[in-house]
Amino acid sequence: MIFWELFIAFLIPNLLAYGGGPASIPLIEHEVVDRYEWMTQSEFSEFLALANSLPGPIATKMAGYIGFEVGGISGSIIALFATVAPTLILMITLLNLLQKYRDSPKVMRLSSFVLPAIAVLLITLTFDFAKSSYESNKLIPTILMIVGSYIALEKFKVPSIIVIAAGLLIGGFLL
Amino acid sequence: MKIQIQLFKAFFVSGILGFGGGPTIIPLLHKEVVEKYKLMTDDDFSDVLSIGNTLPGPIATKMAGYIGYRIGGFLGLINALFASVMPTVLLIILLLNSLNQFSNSDFINNMSNGVIPIVTVMMGIYAFDFLKKSHKALGLKISAIIFVFSFITIVLFDLHPGIIIGSLLILALALPNKGGKEQ
Repeated sequence: MIFWELFIAFLIPNLLAYGGGPASIPLIEHEVVDRYEWMTQSEFSEFLALANSLPGPIATKMAGYIGFEVGGISGSIIALFATVAPTLILMITLLNLLQKYRDSPKVMRLSSFVLPAIAVLLITLTFDFAKSSYESNKLIPTILMIVGSYIALEKFKVPSIIVIAAGLLIGGFLL
Repeated sequence: MKIQIQLFKAFFVSGILGFGGGPTIIPLLHKEVVEKYKLMTDDDFSDVLSIGNTLPGPIATKMAGYIGYRIGGFLGLINALFASVMPTVLLIILLLNSLNQFSNSDFINNMSNGVIPIVTVMMGIYAFDFLKKSHKALGLKISAIIFVFSFITIVLFDLHPGIIIGSLLILALALPNKGGKEQ
């Protein structure tokens, strides 16, 4: 039962996620936090912080780790399989078809039509995380940390692993 | 066998060095597969990338699976996928489980509170990226229509996002070819 749920929870987001790894984050959050309640909002955001600052594809890090937490090694393998296999099988079996139609306006529209919807999901997730930070850290520290990390990440292009490490230390000593 | 080892190395290195997911992994992969090991020509690589982009899901694993399959058969597929996925999955499982050992310590709990605002910013940056991509691909008018429709159905009516995205995919295929500005 739990393996079936894991399979579905990772299959659906990855079949809908056009636009790469970040697109699958809010869809996976919806399954893992809202629907199956395997993790709380703040557990998910802590996990995401570390996952985001480590190398490698984000979608497989999410599947591998959450699968493992929910269903051990088998859970991890099933979640990874659901993430990787379906689109790969499509790619290998439909190669000639995809090659023929890849420049067709309809196929290009597939990946562009979902972009605004993914943006809505990401904005919602941003607000959820901001609320979760406000609940754990109060208003002023939350604002200071948001402004500070934005400047570090966007203006000074500090690698995210360093910003996250700084956040962990500030959290441990000050919050 | 030599090819399998080269495949493994190429995907292992690009996965381990790719900070920031797909977009950073692809150029690294190109360097390994095309320039260093000459497993594929530059044209073939671009071909695989553009075909991969017509499908949903993580691009790095689609590249790994397909290139592995094309160069080394089914064993190559498994080999390249394993090399690109497993090292970082194991890393995060080990790292988080060692952190969780201390989950009853206040210091560790407060540490994790310190990263929530940072993830908020990361998600905000992603959201803005998707708005920009959407504006570029669809123009302002169509982007705004789809954005408002998604906002109302997902946020106000609380429908499963999958239903909305699924409908948009069907719409993209069903509409006649003149609508939608394409690059």
